[in-house]
Amino acid sequence: MRVVVDFDRCQSNAVCMDVAPEIFEVRDDNFLYILDEKPPEALRPKLEEAVRRCPTQAISIEED
Amino acid sequence: MASAAPPGRVVVVGASLAGLSALETLRQEGYEGELVAVGAEPDLPYDRPPLSKQVLQGQWEPDKAMLRGQPEYDGLGVTWHLGRRATALDPAARAVTLDDGEPLSYDGLVIATGATPRRIAGTEGLAGVHVLRTLADCLALRAELEAASRVCVVGAGFIGAEVAASARLRGVEVTMLEALPAPLARAFPAEMGAACAALHHDHGVDLRCGVTVAGFEGDGRVTGVRLGVPGGSGVSPGQGEVVEADVVVVGIGVVPETGWLESSGITLDNGVVCDATCATSAPGVVAAGDIARWPNNLFGETMRVEHWSNAVEQGAAAARRLLAGPGEAVDFAPVPYFWSDQYDAKIQFLGRCCPTDEVRIVDGSVEERRFVALFGRDGRLVGALAFSRPRLLMAYRKLLAAKTSFEDAVAHAAQAK
Repeated sequence: MRVVVDFDRCQSNAVCMDVAPEIFEVRDDNFLYILDEKPPEALRPKLEEAVRRCPTQAISIEED
Repeated sequence: MASAAPPGRVVVVGASLAGLSALETLRQEGYEGELVAVGAEPDLPYDRPPLSKQVLQGQWEPDKAMLRGQPEYDGLGVTWHLGRRATALDPAARAVTLDDGEPLSYDGLVIATGATPRRIAGTEGLAGVHVLRTLADCLALRAELEAASRVCVVGAGFIGAEVAASARLRGVEVTMLEALPAPLARAFPAEMGAACAALHHDHGVDLRCGVTVAGFEGDGRVTGVRLGVPGGSGVSPGQGEVVEADVVVVGIGVVPETGWLESSGITLDNGVVCDATCATSAPGVVAAGDIARWPNNLFGETMRVEHWSNAVEQGAAAARRLLAGPGEAVDFAPVPYFWSDQYDAKIQFLGRCCPTDEVRIVDGSVEERRFVALFGRDGRLVGALAFSRPRLLMAYRKLLAAKTSFEDAVAHAAQAK
């Protein structure tokens, strides 16, 4: 699976970083960085929760 | 639900964020029965936060605010009754009545009808006076902003503040009226209201606090807002100052949409009263989102939360509650979260707050419009507010969930630097 962020929607709420810090990081410049674009399957539940809780609905999962 | 004949039928009344979250969670948890959703608006669930920002500013067309694409909606297997209102609930018969009189029976029911904006008496039928809740509200306001030169926003809460910011971005003059001595003064210590006020002054909004609205000027169409006379016990018509405006936006809060439940016997009290697990007083009936009032045991407080994240989380929790067998129900005890984007500032808040809480600014400063403030009550961390500091703010969610002491939270802040 691949993590896709629509940076046109992303407003750096950092909710995703709170849910899945292995994948997402908002830095001091207030921009979101994807740390792991192809996270291991074990992180799927966390990634799905980040997708659901993203306040701007900017995250999606692309299956391989 | 465990006692209902599986797979049965779950009815969700309210087709916005909380209702959608409940529908999706039911399917994700393996519920294979019939799902029926009733929504008063004609649209499939769309997202409300962009209505005061991107859509109002004209950056987005409404289709971009849809919460899901058509394939996702089709995939849920839901029968949608859109543009239809529920008018009554009979818990004994396990049936909801729709506005055409048709009864809709259920095995499980999710109440998610949300809230509706407060209006000011005397504005009915006066063109140019708006509230903002629905997509239709947004498009009507947007159309008028295109030709407007002066907007008066009544209420400096988050909706009012975001509308003011969006109007300024469109180059419209804005006067914002607030009855309290500072914005958000009912919920936050004074320093925080001052920070919000400063943000609006920076961007040329004429913010007037401690003023009341006595009435509206205009015959058929609004031309201004007449203020109450300071210190006066009553209002003599024509005596208060008039703030000229060709468009007025009223953002003075919302009331829970419980009218259709009044004859049901279900317990209501400024919302639908739930237990700690989102269950209402009627069997097989749960509630979620803006309408639900429940004891959040993390904070030891009964609350009704009108924010986006709560709609998502409580919708999911209510759905799981319906599916839970005896003894399986779990408490819904989240750390409330909201955000507000105004101009170039990102305001975020976690937890709960009241004006008498102890405040400590642990990063940045109000002057920079970039800071993190922590709120303490009885020695415990109860809230965290940030202006344009998302990375630092989010770390406090876990500390709030762990009931961290105020002292330890302040120590954490010193370390995080």
